[in-house]
Amino acid sequence: MNIKSNLKYSKTHEWVEELDNNCALMGLDDYSQDQLGELVYITLPEVGDAVTVGESYADVESVKAVSDVFSCVTGTVAEINEELVDSPEKVNEDPYGAWLVKVEEISAYGELMDADEYKEYLSTL
Amino acid sequence: MEKKTALYDRHVELGGKMVPFAGYLMPVQFKKGIKEEHIIVREHAGMFDCSHMGLARVDGPDALANLNYLLTNRFDNMKDGDCSYALMLYEDGGCVDDLLVYRRNQNSYYLILNASNTAKDIDWICRHLKGDVEFLMCESYSLLAVQGPAVLKIMSEMATGTLPTKYYTFTDNVDIAGVKCLVSRTGYTGSFGYEIFIPNDEGAVIVWNALLDKGVEPCGLGSRDTLRTEAGLPLYGHETSEEIDPVTAGLGFFVKMDKDDFIGKAGLIKRGTPTKKRVGVKVTGRGIIRELQDVYDGDKKVGVVSSGTFMAWINASAGMAFVDPEFAEIGKQLEVDVRGRRVPIEIVKLPFYNVSREDPAL
Repeated sequence: MNIKSNLKYSKTHEWVEELDNNCALMGLDDYSQDQLGELVYITLPEVGDAVTVGESYADVESVKAVSDVFSCVTGTVAEINEELVDSPEKVNEDPYGAWLVKVEEISAYGELMDADEYKEYLSTL
Repeated sequence: MEKKTALYDRHVELGGKMVPFAGYLMPVQFKKGIKEEHIIVREHAGMFDCSHMGLARVDGPDALANLNYLLTNRFDNMKDGDCSYALMLYEDGGCVDDLLVYRRNQNSYYLILNASNTAKDIDWICRHLKGDVEFLMCESYSLLAVQGPAVLKIMSEMATGTLPTKYYTFTDNVDIAGVKCLVSRTGYTGSFGYEIFIPNDEGAVIVWNALLDKGVEPCGLGSRDTLRTEAGLPLYGHETSEEIDPVTAGLGFFVKMDKDDFIGKAGLIKRGTPTKKRVGVKVTGRGIIRELQDVYDGDKKVGVVSSGTFMAWINASAGMAFVDPEFAEIGKQLEVDVRGRRVPIEIVKLPFYNVSREDPAL
């Protein structure tokens, strides 16, 4: 399982990368994409949508199943990764490169784990 | 505690993702994943461990009469080595199961039962058998489905003895890698293929490994389901069920209403003209439709999805649904409620893809 040390992780297997200016990137981690299998559709929010810690802001569909994607932060969607709409398999190929959304005006972060804590958490599943 | 098939250890070694299914631990996919396994079966050759399915034998002078009474199809005209699809009905016309019947000889038949229904099938059959007939389960058998256009060449090179040539026939005592097998020209993918019945565990591993050496790809339950849906084939619990009768499911061809009495005949007559029709549906927007999602014409609910998935060969999200007959015409535009979001669909012809009757080039 690939876990990147510069990211923070949620218990529901999303990652978040803190950026400057109160912004962050969010995506699905390696564990998520492995459990889901090959993604064939992804539904992203729109720029300007509000996202809230612990609430679903996107969904991803693999051949097997559909899964909600939960937000690690509370804020406003500044950008979406349009490329994923046509090529959702990029999430499988490069889960940490294939960010789903960039969020700005972040007012809260959820309960997140650093890489070591997340590794520990995965070992208990 | 789930049971394991003879090939369980091989599946794990090959990276199979094992999941509980019908009381067994079965591979849902191997390393390449569902989409790629699906494509490999359409373009080359894949194999599925189907040993979880029930294999039974009905023997005796009254075997034929019992099958004619228990099942919807007519078996009088079967020849030795023929296979036949049939449904087993409750009195009210709903389905106990759908199954294949293989005729060994006039007084001996194999039945191939759905894994998830085997226990209730045994119970139902044993309660209704009459006269000089014996029913037994062939517990020691393994079943492999080997499917895809390259299978004809691969199996022809491997097998000593006669492989079945005609669709829905079988031959016995075919030698594959030194193992004596029964081979039928059947399958559940819509591609050319065989199903191989192997009498013991050691033989199953030998045949599996031999096929693997010939480049046949191990495939799991996931692609088995996407392939059968693409082929427009019904699955019990989806297109047939205790509630859904075979006529509604579009399987009336396999129900011989003009034969002598059979269980469910009176129930079907009582049901009359079906109020729903099974159709193919293809998503014209984005998203995947799934079973039990409702089909709408505007605000009016006109049906329900019975199977829905992403099919890698036609490269589309599609499936099957039961809709009111007046909305069942090809080309009709409807919508499916996908978790609160309306996804546009179109009624299309079934199957999406099926060439299982055709012979690929050697």
